Amino acid sequence: MGQLQRGGSGPDNKPLRREEPLLRAPGPHSAPCRETSAPPGQHPPKGQMGEEGARKCVPPGTGSRSRRGGSGTMAAGFKTVEPLEYYRRFLKENCRPDGRELGEFRTTTVNIGSITTADGSALVKLGNTTVICGIKAEFAEPPAESSNKGYIVPNVDLSPLCSSRFRPGPPGEEAQAASQFIADVIENSEIIMKEDLCIANGKLAWVLYCDLICLDYDGNILDACTFALLAALKNVQLPTVTINEETGLAEVNLKQTNPLNIRKHPVATSFAVFDDTILIVDPTAEEEDLATGTVTIVMDEEGRLCSVNKPGGSGLTAAKLQDCITRAVTRHKEVKQLIDKVIKSVK
Amino acid sequence: METGLPARPGSGSGVGRWGRVPRAEGAVPAVAMGSEPGGCALRPFSCELGPLGRPDGSAAFLQGDTSVLAGLYGPAEVKGSRELYDQATLEVLLKPKVGLPGVFEKSREQLIRRTCEAVILGTLHPRTSVTIVLQVVSDAGSLLACCLNAACMGLMDAGLPMKSLFCGVTCALDADGALSLDPTAKQEKEARALLTFAISSVERRVLMSTTKGTCSVEELQRCIAAAQRAADAVFRFYRDSIHRKYSKA
Repeated sequence: MGQLQRGGSGPDNKPLRREEPLLRAPGPHSAPCRETSAPPGQHPPKGQMGEEGARKCVPPGTGSRSRRGGSGTMAAGFKTVEPLEYYRRFLKENCRPDGRELGEFRTTTVNIGSITTADGSALVKLGNTTVICGIKAEFAEPPAESSNKGYIVPNVDLSPLCSSRFRPGPPGEEAQAASQFIADVIENSEIIMKEDLCIANGKLAWVLYCDLICLDYDGNILDACTFALLAALKNVQLPTVTINEETGLAEVNLKQTNPLNIRKHPVATSFAVFDDTILIVDPTAEEEDLATGTVTIVMDEEGRLCSVNKPGGSGLTAAKLQDCITRAVTRHKEVKQLIDKVIKSVK
Repeated sequence: METGLPARPGSGSGVGRWGRVPRAEGAVPAVAMGSEPGGCALRPFSCELGPLGRPDGSAAFLQGDTSVLAGLYGPAEVKGSRELYDQATLEVLLKPKVGLPGVFEKSREQLIRRTCEAVILGTLHPRTSVTIVLQVVSDAGSLLACCLNAACMGLMDAGLPMKSLFCGVTCALDADGALSLDPTAKQEKEARALLTFAISSVERRVLMSTTKGTCSVEELQRCIAAAQRAADAVFRFYRDSIHRKYSKA
């Protein structure tokens, strides 16, 4: 049965309000954004598990005279005509249009075990970005060159359902790159040893088909997919299989199931680079379109880097990369806390 | 058309061959790489500019035994749906030596494409397309770095305006944490971690980074520093080869 858990809880288990991000971005500590009534277009994601009213930012200098309807239409018009300039006005005040600080993540929610027909499943929401991961286990013969290993086959599906930027048909470049990224994370981090998936050396092994389907695309797909995969793998229950000595056939006992041995917990943190200098964490789809580059850092619990994925974009100095890594370490703790809470609540 | 002869692997001295940086183990390097810990020297590399007649720009880049051929078309006509109103549309095709391009090649193409997008001044050629076709001729380690170098040389040969140059450097970390640059295929297999960077010629910034295996944060910083130092040799080589090309013409 699935359990709905809210992410971002403070140390005393109270739901964390927007005004208290877990890590402030390095910058002026004062709350820079003013409270005002914003037009509907600027509302943060609606209906998110009963959010308290969050502050909204209005760029300074636009509509300063009237704080009601007038400022709203002016800001919306400015946003359409000059999206990058509009965004820069917020960045100058060290905040973003949806009210977040530069180093703040969107509300993370995870729901485990919702797909009963799958062997393991998880639904992750990062703000509006929604990814569901379903894992099915099937039998296969181990590969010839390593007869004691099974297979893990990830596949990321970005369909027109999640965003109009994707067309129907064979997977596009972004979906293929994301699938390759997830496969690399699995291999680099050794989240599961493929030897654990072997049932009989050379004869039978498990294949775990991990299907990650994006239901709603609002940026930061890699973080959501990695998190969904991790949560789903923790949820997987594999039936015990014994090989009958006489017939040589496999006997599956569905009543006796074992969880997978998850060795490492890789967590991805994505950043967007603006104007070659400013780094923001957890970009939305709009922010990704305006950004000049992206970086994704995957860390495990020992502080080891499983992946530093920077596919082109504006150049970063080694010092800026170090800042990203520091934030990634904190994010790992947040996510690990959330996952542990969910797993405990399911048991 | 300047022809750089491919260096034979293992040959220590290279008198008269331009663009050679021999391995530092035992031999005196032609271009002083400094005393790097753990064999931080690049394999001998060489390049041929403009070997192909049809494409607007082409380059063949060889690093040790790894060899990649790059062909460039651009700025050229772009198909309606992919047209960008304010900048050039870039497309990269990576053809493996054997077989059809798969998901792995697609992800590599994305890395190379976004690196090139960051340096090419696409806004000077709106509503056009730039196509880079990379053919793997032989793979003996450090393939992605070689592809990046070939792409950059191809862009220079085609004369496309760029903000900066870039070069690819691969670092391998073995089980003890020893760092080696430009690993061969054997070194890559034995390495615990492989990191490939695209370094820009402006302030040696990191344009692209991709890693395989795990490493610590301190090791990552060491690799970036080593890659930035090695990039100096590659950029000197670029300058020499373009100088040669235009001094002959």
